[in-house]
Amino acid sequence: MQKSTFARSFLTATWLGWQIESNWTDPFLFAVYSIVKPIASAAILVVMYGIITKGAFGDPLFPYMYLGNVFYMYVGAVMTGVSWSVLDDREHYKTLKYIYVAPVNIPMYLLGRGVSRFITGSIAVFITITAGVLFLNVPLDVTKANWLLFFPTLLVGVIMLAMMGLVIAGITLTTVRHEGFAGEAVAGLLYIFSGAIFPLDVLPAFLRPIGLAMPTTYWLELLRRSLVGGVAQAFPTLAGFSNLELFGILLALTILFSFIGINTFRYFDHKARERGMIDRTSNY
Amino acid sequence: MENFALQTEGLGRIYKIHGNRKEKAIRKELVALKDVSLEVKTGELFGLLGPNGAGKTTLIKILTTLLAPTSGRGMVAGYDVAQQPQEVRPRINMVSGGESSGYGLLTVRENLWMFSQFYGVPSKEAYRRIDSYLKEIGLTDRAHTKSSDLSTGLRQKMNIVRGFITDPQVLFLDEPTLGLDVGASRDVRRIIREWLAADAKRTLLLTTHYMAEADELCDRVAIINKGQVLACDTPENLKRRLQKDVLFELATSPLNGLPLSALEKLDGVKKATLRESDGRAEIKFMLKEESALAGVINTLTSANVKIQNLTKHEPTLEDVFVDLVGRSMEDEEHVESD
Ligand SMILES: Nc1ncnc2c1ncn2[C@@H]1O[C@H](COP(=O)(O)OP(=O)(O)O)[C@@H](O)[C@H]1O
Ligand SMILES: [Mg+2]
Repeated sequence: MQKSTFARSFLTATWLGWQIESNWTDPFLFAVYSIVKPIASAAILVVMYGIITKGAFGDPLFPYMYLGNVFYMYVGAVMTGVSWSVLDDREHYKTLKYIYVAPVNIPMYLLGRGVSRFITGSIAVFITITAGVLFLNVPLDVTKANWLLFFPTLLVGVIMLAMMGLVIAGITLTTVRHEGFAGEAVAGLLYIFSGAIFPLDVLPAFLRPIGLAMPTTYWLELLRRSLVGGVAQAFPTLAGFSNLELFGILLALTILFSFIGINTFRYFDHKARERGMIDRTSNY
Repeated sequence: MENFALQTEGLGRIYKIHGNRKEKAIRKELVALKDVSLEVKTGELFGLLGPNGAGKTTLIKILTTLLAPTSGRGMVAGYDVAQQPQEVRPRINMVSGGESSGYGLLTVRENLWMFSQFYGVPSKEAYRRIDSYLKEIGLTDRAHTKSSDLSTGLRQKMNIVRGFITDPQVLFLDEPTLGLDVGASRDVRRIIREWLAADAKRTLLLTTHYMAEADELCDRVAIINKGQVLACDTPENLKRRLQKDVLFELATSPLNGLPLSALEKLDGVKKATLRESDGRAEIKFMLKEESALAGVINTLTSANVKIQNLTKHEPTLEDVFVDLVGRSMEDEEHVESD
């Protein structure tokens, strides 16, 4: 009974999320949104890099930055994919209370709603990486990449991001106004502190521990290493760790964050029920 | 212990109202429900009747696990709504009227199918139920219309269907006919009756502020005002309490400043309510005996009020409400909003 509630909640939500995500009446807009936008933002970064380093595209820092930026797209996509539906269902579709009344496991429902954003995010990631390899000499060799490291890392990382999304979903559940910025704030912090586009070594020493506590730091490093091994040299702080050690740290932090995510959500869920927030709309 | 579908014991709910950012310190507490104890038997069609703001929706939200009570407890199908929501939810469903929820980009049929999936209804059976209820409510021709393209009323019909297709043990309908036209309201009432009659294990709790609807539809009615249950009985028994009273309705010219209290003070007058609109007044009297009418008419004519029409009528639930609260339900709502 319990198990099938989990599966039902997740699968039905995945179906719904995909219906919403793919509901592009205009395929042209869809293309702009999912292809042109990520490539354009990568291009801006490339130009800035070129100016600052006076064109040192052969430096390992370049693929470091390029790939970090690419995979960072998952952070926003998965975290907001999971948390945004709380607002969307409550304020826009006004269905959240009916989903709550139904025998639905809400965390599983929210995770399911995030799947579609993961899929569109993956398309953008794939396209942006391909563009980097074709036009910018990002030294990625498909035959030499460590796929056995890449895919498990990607999977664990996405679970970790989804769990962070649950925390944001919980916060959203107990706030009235469009506090979408909670997600933005977390994403922004992670961008700076998890070595997405510059190594933690650049940060003042007293700020580095923040980055080392973030699972995204290890995740991004592993993704880069699995695709472009040599890029590891760009990040002296983590260079001492083997792939396996990094994966172990990532896994441990993900388990910890899952525990935190599920329990934080449960706490906020309880609060929301106490305060009558589940069907609260901001025009109340 | 008897097997109740619904049971509340001293149920209470207080809302904390926070001031805005500037006035953080200002806090008010609003008692939305106070010491509500009700028992609804399996198979009953139970009505909560009360004016806007009486606490009907709050009670439904608590019983459907959406809102925690601040005191007392509620049981649905034998499970505590606050402690065992995961046991309660598979056994219930809920629809509120007067709002248009739904995923606009999905068709009517898709919306309904999706909700049936949350309850684990096999797809084939779900479609069978969906098509049958869409037909009952007259929405078959819109089955493949995106719900965003429906009028509010049609969306409400879709939502009502959503309540039935999961075949709950206890169904909660919060003002299901609010905003629907006469024909649609009649359809909804018929569907409600047929649904209950089809299976003795089903129970339905409905809220309404339409007196006639409660009277016509419900096996038992709880009259609720300001968060408190004032009476709970069959509509017949509720009205019987007034049988010894005599009810008159007078249509007159404007009262020329004559206060209603002057009429209520008269011998044999139990209660009087007044509704004035341009150039007309409507006064309802509850008299202890018919002879008291003479005094009323005397007082009116001596104040130069012309009597245009006089009718005697059987007690309705409206009169029961006036008897209990001292004001008509409409007046009670206006007082509330002040
Ligand atoms: N979320 C809320 N916060 C504060 N007050 C509320 C909230 N919801 C309802 N109320 C108040 O509680 C009272 C009962 O409301 P409600 O249960 O909606 O009544 P009804 O459904 O009978 O119209 C009303 O005075 C209403 O303003
Ligand atoms: Mg209400």
